[in-house]
Amino acid sequence: MNLEFFVDPNRCIGCQSCVAACSECDTHRGTSMIHLQYVDRPISVQTVPVVCMHCDSPTCAEVCPADAIKRTGDGVVQTARKPRCIACNNCVLACPFGVPKMQSDFSLMMKCDMCYDRTSVGLKPMCASVCPSGALYFGTREEIERLRPKSQALNTFKFGRQTITTKVNMMVPKDESVQNVDVLSAMEESAVGLGDPFENV
Amino acid sequence: MAKLPRSDDALASAWGPHLNRMEGARADSGAEPDKLVPTHCCFCGQQCGINLKVKDNLVIGFEPRYDFPFNKGMLCPKGVKRYLQGGHPDRLTTALRRDPSADAGFSPMPYGEAVNRVAAEIERVQKTCGPHAFGVLSGASLTTEKAYLMGKFARVCLKTKHIDYNGRLCMVSAGAANKKAFGIDRSANPWDDILEAEVVLIAGSNTAECSPITTNYVWQARENGGKLIVVDPRITPIARTADLFLPVKPGRDVALFNGILHLMIENDWLDHAFIEQHTAGFDAVAEHVQQWTPKRTAEVTGIAEKSIRAAAELWGTAKTSFLMHARGIEHHSHGVENCLSAINLVLASGRIGRPCCAYGTVVGQGNGQGGREHGQKCDQLPGWRDISNPAHREYVAGVWGVKPEELPEAGVDCYEMMRRIDAGEIKGLLSICFNPKVSLPDNAFVTRALEKLEFFAVIDFFLSETAQHADIVLPGSLHEEDEGVVAQVEGRVIKINKAVDPPGDAKQDWRVIQDIARALGRPHGFTFDSPRAIFDELRVASKGGVADYSGITYEKIDAQNGVFWPCPSDDHPGTPRLFEPGSWNPVAKGAGPFYFPDGKARFNVAAYRPPAEDVDDEYPVILTTGRVVSQFLSGTQTRRIGPLVDQYPEPRVEIHPRLAQKYGIADGETVTVESRRGTITLPAQVVTTIRPDTVFIPYHWPGRKAANQLTIAAQDPVSKIPEYKVCAVRLTRGAAR
Repeated sequence: MNLEFFVDPNRCIGCQSCVAACSECDTHRGTSMIHLQYVDRPISVQTVPVVCMHCDSPTCAEVCPADAIKRTGDGVVQTARKPRCIACNNCVLACPFGVPKMQSDFSLMMKCDMCYDRTSVGLKPMCASVCPSGALYFGTREEIERLRPKSQALNTFKFGRQTITTKVNMMVPKDESVQNVDVLSAMEESAVGLGDPFENV
Repeated sequence: MAKLPRSDDALASAWGPHLNRMEGARADSGAEPDKLVPTHCCFCGQQCGINLKVKDNLVIGFEPRYDFPFNKGMLCPKGVKRYLQGGHPDRLTTALRRDPSADAGFSPMPYGEAVNRVAAEIERVQKTCGPHAFGVLSGASLTTEKAYLMGKFARVCLKTKHIDYNGRLCMVSAGAANKKAFGIDRSANPWDDILEAEVVLIAGSNTAECSPITTNYVWQARENGGKLIVVDPRITPIARTADLFLPVKPGRDVALFNGILHLMIENDWLDHAFIEQHTAGFDAVAEHVQQWTPKRTAEVTGIAEKSIRAAAELWGTAKTSFLMHARGIEHHSHGVENCLSAINLVLASGRIGRPCCAYGTVVGQGNGQGGREHGQKCDQLPGWRDISNPAHREYVAGVWGVKPEELPEAGVDCYEMMRRIDAGEIKGLLSICFNPKVSLPDNAFVTRALEKLEFFAVIDFFLSETAQHADIVLPGSLHEEDEGVVAQVEGRVIKINKAVDPPGDAKQDWRVIQDIARALGRPHGFTFDSPRAIFDELRVASKGGVADYSGITYEKIDAQNGVFWPCPSDDHPGTPRLFEPGSWNPVAKGAGPFYFPDGKARFNVAAYRPPAEDVDDEYPVILTTGRVVSQFLSGTQTRRIGPLVDQYPEPRVEIHPRLAQKYGIADGETVTVESRRGTITLPAQVVTTIRPDTVFIPYHWPGRKAANQLTIAAQDPVSKIPEYKVCAVRLTRGAAR
């Protein structure tokens, strides 16, 4: 049975249950790896939970000068290896989702490892176990398709010209297509008049 | 003598709240628990299943209880961190006596001596001033066994009529309305009936923060195509994506529901067959709501007319629905009418007693349901029997082995008890599971009343703000130190299991009560050796009543993951859904599904009355109060749990930018809120998610941060619930002068 992680910010109620439960995890007791923030509290109660998306080609690992960040065979990107991590913060700055946290007390980058101690033995991660709104869900693709007929699971994200595919899925409304709005592609080519700084990258 | 023995600050430094955090074995990631105890959370009425990890008689953490069907492992942050209330530096482990000469204001004393002192004072007060000069306050976070024992203890051992409980601040408006409309007071449906409902109408429930697990049911209903209507003066997280948000002006719910019924009648969105066959009183209600035209409804409620029309159409034309409400419409001086006007919408639609045709009130306290069924209310005997009904008195007296005439008459509600203390009529008090100094409105009055007591005894596990007034404190038990049953939000009776032993001299509350009875020389009826023995007597005492538990056993609860009452016989599986067509109940005896002799539900005319204290030129802003997700009720437990305090450290005043601008208040700045009863100075949180004529303050804190310094002690004339949700205040920028 292939269990997958699904995030649906539309369901989030900002209760911080995931944050509280994350700090109960046996591999990093007392420290939560989840980011949960209001988008703009003065005008809305919307909150967004961010767990590691577990990229297929993790940017954090790609930029690590010490080769400290490893991805397991089953696609889980782990906290930096303590003997290798030099606490340089490259990963913290590079991650497009803003996931890794520098724990300056231990000079170590720590991040969500999808509760590897639990998921590797068939248990749900702590956050997706307790989440009372189903904003964080761990189960099979068949389950999520049956339970959430109005939503679809996406795992491809574009950050500028970088396209990232992830192990973790983001739930979005089914009837909306993915838009990629770009100034240059919407302009007359002849009128652009500037070279592309990334064309040789 | 119930004045504080030392200053607030001295008491707080000795007794907390101090913050407990993950330390020792709890921080040790390699710690292997000795056992995993399946039980439930100690906080709200959702009663989520949870497994407690226990090592060396300490709860060191939790493991999700995936197999409990209500929450399937889900928890809110209070449930996740609940284990930190055990092994707490503030935990009372000895009996205490008031001692102004001690720095801490209290000195430890031997438990037996303390019990004898309590008994001697009860004896003295009752000998000098009569049996009713001693009162008992109890609570709905107790197990049903304890709640039952408290009612019996007051009536049989103390022979006082004065017992009431903190469910008076919580469930009584819904309870009284349920009894008037249905003849029984319980959520009519299991929560699974939310899932396929076409319309979910949530009125006055900050569901996401106060009953978080219900959120998933509501979101699931929407995935299945259901529409969500939320009635609230604030956009709480459950309202953020609602199909229809009705920002009702606090205190105007009756007008809204009458206005919706008006439109249902006008458009003939009615179930005539159901109204005809299964209800009484429709015509009078129909006539009454004629005056509630959309225009007038909009004027009174402050909701746009088009939204009222849209709500009526959504509700009126649905095939299935779930209407749920909570304290937002119940905490009013007309709380019962608010609930009745909401129930009228359910009855007019005919959508009750069938799958996904549903009504329920979202209970607040852990045993908010079970704690209101078996006799700790001032007018109630076990099995929802009525203390003024001769047949009910006779039955219960028989179970208790006393004469019916020996049972006292009905007493008064807990706030009225405070007034009787203030008037010198009640001179002694025993309190358990209640923190009235923080939780009752108009704190200054409550404090003055407590100070007048000749003798005050408290059973508690922490020295709450109320316990700080006590002459004697007896160390009671935490939730995880005892076993027993509670009834959660759906009316499902579930089992709390013991995980650890009480520390030091602390004892299970039922033992403390029985020790007092023995010291009084009146042990008859108070010699139970276990909660199971109490439960077995409760089953008999409730038999034949509306809340019939006689067929429930601990074993059946385990085997079925809970038993929905009524459960009138050993072979009965329980009753998840009330009022099903053809169902039998002991009142209607087959005449119909509702609990009246003719088997019909009752429409009730709900006349609109404004709040007791409306705004005026002097106090032009409405104050409403409520909860935040990381704290619980008076905070006795949750203000001692570090991570929960970190999440929301102190109260803030929610205020709309338009109102804030009028007073020149910016986000984060200090604002002073003043009512006719008190003043509070807090940081402002400027948000567009609240009506511009209303400010909100959460009520979990004591002393200078207590929202209940401001609130008004106006009460509903029937339910006696206080009006926490509306009073008039004025604002000034900055600290009080």
